[in-house]
Amino acid sequence: MYVAVKGGERAIDNAHAWLAEERRGDTAVAELTLPQIREQLKLAVNRVMAEGSLFDPDLAALAIKQARGDLIEAIFLIRAYRTTLPRLGTSLPVDTADMAVDRRISATFKDLPGGQVLGPTFDYTHRLLDFALAAEGEAPVAAKAPATLGPVPHVTAFLNRDGLIEDAPRDDTQPADLTRTPLELPADRPLRLQAITRGDEGFILSMAYSTQRGYGRTHAFVGELRIGRVAVEMEIPELGFAVEIGEVELTECETVNQFKGSKTEPPQFTRGYGLVFGQTERKAIAMSLVDRALRWKELGEDHIGAPAQDEEFVLYHCDNIQATGFLEHIKLPHYVDFQSELELVRRLRAEAMTMQEAAE
Amino acid sequence: MTQASETNAYNFAYLDEQTKRMIRRAILKGVAVPGYQVPFASREMPMPYGWGTGGVQVTAACLVPEDRLKVIDQGADDTTNAVSIRKFFQRTAGVAVTEATGEATVIQTRHRIPETPLTEGQILVYQVPIPEPLRFLEPRETETRKMHELEEYGLMHVKLYEDIARHGEIATSYAYPVKVEGRYVMDPSPIPKFDNPKLGDNAAIQLFGAGREQRIYAVPPYTQVVSLDFDDHPFVASKAPHDCDLCGAKGSYLDEVITDDAGSRMYVCSDTDFCTGRREAGHVGRLGVAMAGGVA
Amino acid sequence: MGAVELGICAKGNEQPLFQVDGLTKYYGTRVGCLDVSFDLFPGEVLGIVGESGSGKSTLLSCLAGHLRPDLGSVTYDGRDVLGMAETERRRLSRTEWAYVHQNPRDGLRMGVSAGGNVGERLMAIGARHYGTIRDTATDWLGRVEIAADRIDDRPSAFSGGMQQRLQIARNLVTGPRLVFMDEPTGGLDVSVQARLLDLLRGLVRDLGLSVIIVTHDLAVVRLLADRLMVMKGGRVVEQGLTDQVLDDPQHAYSQLLVSSVLQV
Repeated sequence: MYVAVKGGERAIDNAHAWLAEERRGDTAVAELTLPQIREQLKLAVNRVMAEGSLFDPDLAALAIKQARGDLIEAIFLIRAYRTTLPRLGTSLPVDTADMAVDRRISATFKDLPGGQVLGPTFDYTHRLLDFALAAEGEAPVAAKAPATLGPVPHVTAFLNRDGLIEDAPRDDTQPADLTRTPLELPADRPLRLQAITRGDEGFILSMAYSTQRGYGRTHAFVGELRIGRVAVEMEIPELGFAVEIGEVELTECETVNQFKGSKTEPPQFTRGYGLVFGQTERKAIAMSLVDRALRWKELGEDHIGAPAQDEEFVLYHCDNIQATGFLEHIKLPHYVDFQSELELVRRLRAEAMTMQEAAE
Repeated sequence: MTQASETNAYNFAYLDEQTKRMIRRAILKGVAVPGYQVPFASREMPMPYGWGTGGVQVTAACLVPEDRLKVIDQGADDTTNAVSIRKFFQRTAGVAVTEATGEATVIQTRHRIPETPLTEGQILVYQVPIPEPLRFLEPRETETRKMHELEEYGLMHVKLYEDIARHGEIATSYAYPVKVEGRYVMDPSPIPKFDNPKLGDNAAIQLFGAGREQRIYAVPPYTQVVSLDFDDHPFVASKAPHDCDLCGAKGSYLDEVITDDAGSRMYVCSDTDFCTGRREAGHVGRLGVAMAGGVA
Repeated sequence: MGAVELGICAKGNEQPLFQVDGLTKYYGTRVGCLDVSFDLFPGEVLGIVGESGSGKSTLLSCLAGHLRPDLGSVTYDGRDVLGMAETERRRLSRTEWAYVHQNPRDGLRMGVSAGGNVGERLMAIGARHYGTIRDTATDWLGRVEIAADRIDDRPSAFSGGMQQRLQIARNLVTGPRLVFMDEPTGGLDVSVQARLLDLLRGLVRDLGLSVIIVTHDLAVVRLLADRLMVMKGGRVVEQGLTDQVLDDPQHAYSQLLVSSVLQV
């Protein structure tokens, strides 16, 4: 006699137990600690924080460990955790001009106030596998120099002084919050930037790359790329002034793009902007290119039908948690839908056969 | 408030009260404007988008500690995703659960409407993957919202026309579009069209949640829901031309099960609670056996 | 031309169907069209001619509601078109109005069969009988000289001339009163153009349509239009009965336009 499949619950429990065992791997090998992940897989931690929209290196390290190194899965864990956090308040906007920079470069000026600081970068390393790393006990030490203190002014501010770049005046309008209100289109720039900064690095990278290859070209120069820590301040109503509550590491990229002009306005450069948690410069540069491409309307440019110019396309498809969930849901049972399709195809085939026979 | 034993870290039914209030507002708006897709700020849930996050958020916003919850997927209480969601609410809300349709106060479903008629006071929560019935005719959200606003539904019928022109009948077998109270064209979620007639004039409140797409919509009790069709090609709620091989039911929706390498098949009710109930009441199908001690 | 006289006597005892007064559209500081006024009577065909950049396409877009003018008024059948809610205007544009695009791809659904294309407007206004919709579509395909057995083919399988005829059938199926046409013969071979013009003339006469047709081709208006407006630099430089304007142009620009055609 046929017995319908039961025991979904036990199957799930067993699967999860197996997963836990697999995650640990060979117990003869020492277990990874969270500080190890946080310190030695820092760029993975940064990506998880950036796309998880939560600045907490320890939690990100935990998520990476739990997700067995699957970063999208780790981002998902962080996002789900983030949902449950109460919102106590809102910080003041961070001031990136006051950033304690570890890295700061400009592709548009050879030298500038604050200097070019290469910082800890893969740039100019030769991509040769370093077998020395396979051996243990390595603790390299870099040369030290005293930190340059004081503000590091933005490159675009120099251009703006002469009116060479579009003005970006301070705007104190409260921006919409992507995590608190549904995304509705058309989206303004703050909302677009929110979506892109937590968007999938691979997707944003490909979109940016496509603009460079002519699908919505904006002729971008990296006006400035800076990485470092900024203070986060919060206004405390009881005190009546803002206090520093901590600091976050950020990567900021400002591009200087192709000039435009009109009958009424002389030509000037335009801007693209990227700001991402952690040292995540590939993402920040890509973000600024995509930001600039999406601004075609306000800048009076042509829509050439490029994907990166299409706000609805970019914003609705950049989130890897949405994308991966929907993609993978097709492995869930669909017996009911499939059954109804099965019957339909059988019926249509039967009708077609009858007609064929009648014709013969 | 009954708090789940193991996870006191989370609020009742996982979501914080602010979020629930926001979702309830969306639900109320949906109930007030039947069939209209209300945008809501969907939260990231601890299960993936596309796996019922919309339904879970709606259920979480509706649940009270006294509720008795039933969760089905493909009509069955014991499919893995149903088990997983039911467990989630047992853990985070500590509510009673049941497999009996008649005993449940809230039923979360994916792809089916239970066979047993629902009653007043019950809430049926649907998980919705793509809430927009016009999506595959027009990919742009900005444009489809305008089409709803202006009631421009000609294109929907063009699709049905094309089906008939090509296949001789409307070749949509699930997620079959409906018109609600003569106003909004609505996607009933991917239920088989066999279930469509149960949407209309139903005693229960029907709520639809699409998490990834950030939409909630509703069909209040006793609302008119009409499946789109042509006068000379009327809507037919079809199913496999068989009876259930276990309980002998003639009018229930069936799953087709392949039983051996030779491709033998049997047909069983997709609604497991309905089938069990009938067998317990002594009904026996072609391949079934009387349930031992089923009938007292 | 009988229609011309009809147009003239109509003015005596009939209300205009479509009235335009002081219509002006700027693009920034550049003039799109400036202070355009005219009346269109039922059954009348108005041709708007001028070279590219003369403002004729801008004017047509403003009239059909695709562009919002900066100044002026548009009245259809006693109703203020510019003041209408979008719902009402869109309803009008799928019932009593029709718009024939220069490029049939802009006016057709290329992924939908010919029958579906013709049937869409019927279904949009509530037709719910498949058989009737199909019969009507077949009838209209016949009227635009498309064989009935092509009804389930997609427009992408049609020639340019057939696509344009299909677009016309799709537009006329709901029996509109006012049709806007934007260079309907543009991009077609000369022999195909002639056949299309002949067809259009027959349809306009049989259905008593009011038409506003924009073209740079004087042969088109000579054949179709009762009255003519000549535009240059966004302004109307001359208007009158078609034969009058073409045979005895008063404005220097009209003279140039007519003579340049004659040279061809």
